[in-house]
Amino acid sequence: MDTFVQQLINGLTIGFIYALIALGYTMVYGILRLINFAHGDIYMVGAFSGYFLANQLGLASEPSLLSLGVVLIGAMLMAALAGVIIERFAYRPVRKYSRMTTLITAIGVSLFIEYLFVAVLGNAPLSFPQLLRLPEWLPSSLQPDQNGNYRLFGRASLSIVQILIIGVSIILMLILQWIIYRTKLGTAMRAVSFNLNSAKLMGINTDMIIAFTFALGSALAAAGGVLTAQYNPTIYPLMGIITGLKAFVAAVLGGIGNIPGAVLGGLLIGAAETFVVGYGQNIGIPSTYRDAVAFSILILVLLFRPAGLLGSTVQEKV
Amino acid sequence: MPTFVKRIVGALLIILLLYVVHMMMSREGLFGFGIGAYPADILMLIFVNIILAVSLNLINGFTGQFSIGHAGFMAIGAYTSAYLTVYHGQHWERQMAASVGETAATALVFLVAILVGALAAAVMGLIVGIPSLRLRGDYLAIVTLGFAEIIRIVILNIDVVGGATGFSVPGYSNFIWVGGFAVITIIIIRNIVRSDIGRALISIREDELASEAMGINTTRYKVLAFVISSSFAGVAGVLFAHYKKFLHTNDFQFIRSFEIIIMIVLGGMGSITGSILGAIVITVLPELLRQLPTINLFGQPVNFADLRLVIYALLLIGIMLTRPQGVLGHHEFGLNWLKRAQKRPEGDEALGASKGVPIAERDAPTADKSKEAKNQ
Amino acid sequence: MKRILLALGLITTFVFGLACERRGGGGAGDTGPIKVGLYADLTGQTSSFGQSTKNGVQMAVDEINKAGGINGRQVQLLVEDDQGLPAQAATVVTKLINQDKVHAVLGEVASSNSLAAAPKAQEAKIPMITPSSTNPKVTQVGDFIFRVCFIDPFQGEVMAKFAINTLKAKTAAVLTDVNSDYSRGLDQFFTDNFTKMGGRIVEKQSYTQTDQDFSGQLTAIRSANPDVIYVPGYYGQVGVIAKQAKQLGIKAPLLGGDGWDAPQLFQLGGDALNGSFFSNHYSYEDPRPEVKTFVDAYRARYNAIPDAIAALGYDAMKVLADAIKRSGSTDGQKLRDAIAQTANFAGVTGTISINQERNAVKPATVFELQSGKYVFKENIYPEGMTPPATTSPANTNTGTANTGAANANTAASPAAANANTANTAKTGNTK
Repeated sequence: MDTFVQQLINGLTIGFIYALIALGYTMVYGILRLINFAHGDIYMVGAFSGYFLANQLGLASEPSLLSLGVVLIGAMLMAALAGVIIERFAYRPVRKYSRMTTLITAIGVSLFIEYLFVAVLGNAPLSFPQLLRLPEWLPSSLQPDQNGNYRLFGRASLSIVQILIIGVSIILMLILQWIIYRTKLGTAMRAVSFNLNSAKLMGINTDMIIAFTFALGSALAAAGGVLTAQYNPTIYPLMGIITGLKAFVAAVLGGIGNIPGAVLGGLLIGAAETFVVGYGQNIGIPSTYRDAVAFSILILVLLFRPAGLLGSTVQEKV
Repeated sequence: MPTFVKRIVGALLIILLLYVVHMMMSREGLFGFGIGAYPADILMLIFVNIILAVSLNLINGFTGQFSIGHAGFMAIGAYTSAYLTVYHGQHWERQMAASVGETAATALVFLVAILVGALAAAVMGLIVGIPSLRLRGDYLAIVTLGFAEIIRIVILNIDVVGGATGFSVPGYSNFIWVGGFAVITIIIIRNIVRSDIGRALISIREDELASEAMGINTTRYKVLAFVISSSFAGVAGVLFAHYKKFLHTNDFQFIRSFEIIIMIVLGGMGSITGSILGAIVITVLPELLRQLPTINLFGQPVNFADLRLVIYALLLIGIMLTRPQGVLGHHEFGLNWLKRAQKRPEGDEALGASKGVPIAERDAPTADKSKEAKNQ
Repeated sequence: MKRILLALGLITTFVFGLACERRGGGGAGDTGPIKVGLYADLTGQTSSFGQSTKNGVQMAVDEINKAGGINGRQVQLLVEDDQGLPAQAATVVTKLINQDKVHAVLGEVASSNSLAAAPKAQEAKIPMITPSSTNPKVTQVGDFIFRVCFIDPFQGEVMAKFAINTLKAKTAAVLTDVNSDYSRGLDQFFTDNFTKMGGRIVEKQSYTQTDQDFSGQLTAIRSANPDVIYVPGYYGQVGVIAKQAKQLGIKAPLLGGDGWDAPQLFQLGGDALNGSFFSNHYSYEDPRPEVKTFVDAYRARYNAIPDAIAALGYDAMKVLADAIKRSGSTDGQKLRDAIAQTANFAGVTGTISINQERNAVKPATVFELQSGKYVFKENIYPEGMTPPATTSPANTNTGTANTGAANANTAASPAAANANTANTAKTGNTK
C-alpha cells in the first residue's frame, strides 16, 4: 500500500510538470490551431534562464524560498519574452498560410533553438542549483527530515520538492484560470479563440492577444522547467524534445484547446507512466515499454473519444 | 510516334540511365570514370527519400490528411525484410542458385524481401488507417506520430532484430534497385493521382463533406491512400536497410518523419515533382553545409560547419516565410509547365479575403492557391 | 514520363557535375600531413560524449603537432558530426575516407554508430579505432577495427565479482538505460555473472536518457529491497538517480561502470553518491605521469576535469600516433598491422595492449565515491593479463597502482582472471 501511494505521488508530481507544459500547447492551439512544436524547447529555455539567473545573481549559494521565487519568476519572464519574439518573427508572418506551412515553421524554430543551444553551450548536462530551503525559524515539526521528506505512513513519504511542484503548479493554474475568466485580457483571449475574425471586428487587438497567449504559455513552460530542475537538476539543450512531446500527448489526450483537459491529460500521462514502471511487470508490460504506453493510451482514448477526454467541438476553447 | 513506342523508348532510356549510374558507382567505374563513394551515398539517400516523399504526398498533399508517422512505416518495412534476409535469405539463395544462377537468386530473394516489406507496411497502414475514419486534422497527426513511436519502441525491445545494439543486414541493395523503385513509385503515384481514385482523393482534400455528398466513399479512399502510401514507405525502408547494411531504431525517430514532411512542404504539397525537389534539397543541403569554411568574425575564428544545423533551421524558416506554399506549390515542374500554369483555373481569389477564419477551418491547399494566384 | 525523364536527367547532370571523378590513382601517399578523421555526435542526444571525445582527440593531435608531428609529418584532424544517427555515421565515414582521404578513422562512443560506420572503414581498408564503443561486435566487423576501451562482458563481470566477493551481496536490482546499447550490454553480463556466482536479481527496471524523473523505478526497486543496485548508465542520469534514491531512503549501494566518470557526476549527485562503487580505467587523481600531464593540460585548455570519454579519445589518438610512428607509413595495411602489434602502451586510461580480437586489454579499477573523490578499492584484471607482481603500498593513493608491469600477450595465466580478490589494495586516504 505504501508503495502504491508513493508511486501515485511520483506520478502526480511528474504529471503536474506535463500539465504545466501542456497548458501552453493547448492555449496556443486554441487560438491559432497551431501545434507549437517549439514549446518543448521553451521549457528548456526556461530551465536555462533559471540556471543563469541563479548563477549570475549569486543565488545558487544561498538557497531560500526568496531565491527560488526570484529565479522562478525571472525565468518565467525570460521565457515569456522568448515566446513573444518567436511569435512575432516566425509565426506571425506565416499565420495566414496553410497549417503545413506553420507546422514546418514551428519545426524550424524548434530545431533552431535546440541547435543554437547545443552550438553555444554544448550538450553536456549542467547542474541546476538546488534553491529550495525552508526558513530556519520554522518549528522543527514542520521541517522535513535530512532527505527532504515528510513521512506519511509506512515507507510512503512526500518530499518537499514534490510539495513545491504540486503546490506551485496548482497556484499557477488558479492564476491562469483567474486571468482567463476574470480579466479583460482573458475575455479577449476567449473571444479570439472563439472566432478570430469576429474578435477583430469587435475591436480586439488580436495580434496583441496572440502575443499575450504565447507569453502566458511560455511562462508556464518555464515554470515547469525550473520546477523540474529542482526535482532533477540535470539540464541540457535537448531536454525539451521528449518532455515536450509527452506534454503534447497530454494536451491531445485531454482534448487540445481545452484547459482543464490539458491538466487532466498531464496528470493521467504522468500517473500512467509511473504505474507502468511500478506495476507493468505484473501484467506483462516491462518498464522498457513505458514510452509506448503513453501513446497507446492516447490512441485508445482517441478511438472512443475522437476529440480527447474533455474536448468537443461545441466546448469553448481558449 | 505512337504512345506505346514512346513509352518503351522512355522505359529503356530510364533503365540505361540507371545502369550507367550504377556502373559508375561500382569500384571499377565506367570507362574509368566513376562517382565517389560519398556522392554515391548521398545519391542513394536522395532516391530513398524521393520514394518516401512522393508516397507521403499521396496522403498529405493529395488526400489532405495529416500524417506525421512515415518513419514508422519505413521501419516496419526495413525490419521485416531484414529479419527475412538475415535469417532466411542465404538459405533461400543457396537453394535457388542451383536452378537459376547466383545473380538471379540474389535478385529474387531481394525482390521477395521488398514485397514482404511492402506488405508488412501496408498491413500496418491499414491498422493506422482505421482510426483515420474517426479522427481529423491534428488528432490524426498525433495518432500517426504515436503509432510510429510505438513501432520504434517495440522494435527496440525485440532482441532478434538487434534491440538497442542494432541489426547488421546483408547489402542486397544497389542503385538499380533504389533508382528503379523510385521511378516505379513516381509513375504509380502519378497514375493514381490522374485516375478516378486520385480525383476522389483530391475531392476529399478540397471538401470532405461535399465529396461524400457526391457519392464518394471517403472512408474507403482515405484508407486506400494510407495503405498505398505506407507500402511505398515500407519499400523505401527495405531499400534503405539493405543499402546501409545496418539498422538501428535511432534512425526512425519522429524527427525522421518530420524530415519527410519538410520535404513535401518545401517542394509544394500536391506536387510530385515538388516532392522530388524537396527530397533532393533536404538530403543534399545538410551535406553541403558541412563544407562551410571557418571565417574570422570580430577577430575570432568561427567554424560555420559546426553551425550547419543552426543555419539549416534558419534556412527552413526563411523558405517558409518567403515561399509558404512551397517552391512549386501545386504545380508540376516540366517542359510544358508554363503552358499548364496558364491554363490552370483560378477561381479561388475570393478565398484570399478569408483571413479571419480560424486556420483550422480554412482549407489548407486553397489558401495556398490563393497565394499562388497572387504571386503569378 | 517526360517530367520523370527530365527530373532524372537533372539529377544525373548534377551528379556528373559535382561528383564525377577519375578512377584509379591511389589515395594520398606517404608524404604530406597525416589525415585523421573523427566522427562523433556533436549535436544529437549523446553529443556531450561526442564533444568530450573531440576535446580529447584534439588535445592529443595538438600535442603531437607541437612536438614536431609523427616522423616529421603533421597531423591534420578532420571532424564530422553524425548527429548520433547510425545512418549518418556511415555517411560521414564514407565522406572522410573517400572525399577527405583520411589515413585512419577514430570514432564513436555509441556502439550502434560504430557498428554502422565500421564496415565502411573495413571495405576501404582504412584502420578505425573506436575510443569508447564497448560492444564486442564492433571489432568483429573486420580486421581493421580496433578499440582502446573495455568490452561489456569484462566490465559486467568485474562488477558482478566485486558485488559478490567484496560486498558479499546476495541480491541485486538492475536499472538500465533502455536506449543505450552500452547500458544493456553491461546489464546482460552483470546479470549473467551475478546469477552464475549464486546471486539473485530481484528487480529489473529501465529508463531512457531523456527521462526527467526516476522515482517510479526507484520506488519499485525499494520494495524489492536488494543488497546492491547496478546502474550501468551515464553520469547525466546516475547523479540524479543517486539523489532520488537517497530521497526515497534507499540504503543499498549503487554500482556502475565507466559511463559514470565525469566531473558533472558529483555536481548532479552530490553527497548522495557516497558509498557507491564503479569500475573505471583510471582516476583523474592518479599520480602516474601520463595521467597527471593529461589532466593538467585538459584542465588548462577546457577549464574542466576530463571525463573517461575524453581520456579514451586522447588515448585512441595516441595509440594511433604510436602505430604510425612504428610502421613509418600511413598505408592502410601497414598501419593496421602496427596497431595490432600495440603492446604495453602507457596510456592515460591504463596500459593498453591490443589482443587477437583487436580489443584493448587493460585492468579495471573499482573506485568508491566519497565526498567528491574516487577512493581506490581494487584492481580487477582481464583474462590473459597477469597482475603486477607487487602492489606498492606507497602508491595506494587514490589511483591505480599498476604501471607498466602488466604484459598481456606473453603470459596468459588462467589464474589471473580470478586474481581480483588476491590483488586488493585498500586505502582510506582521500587526500
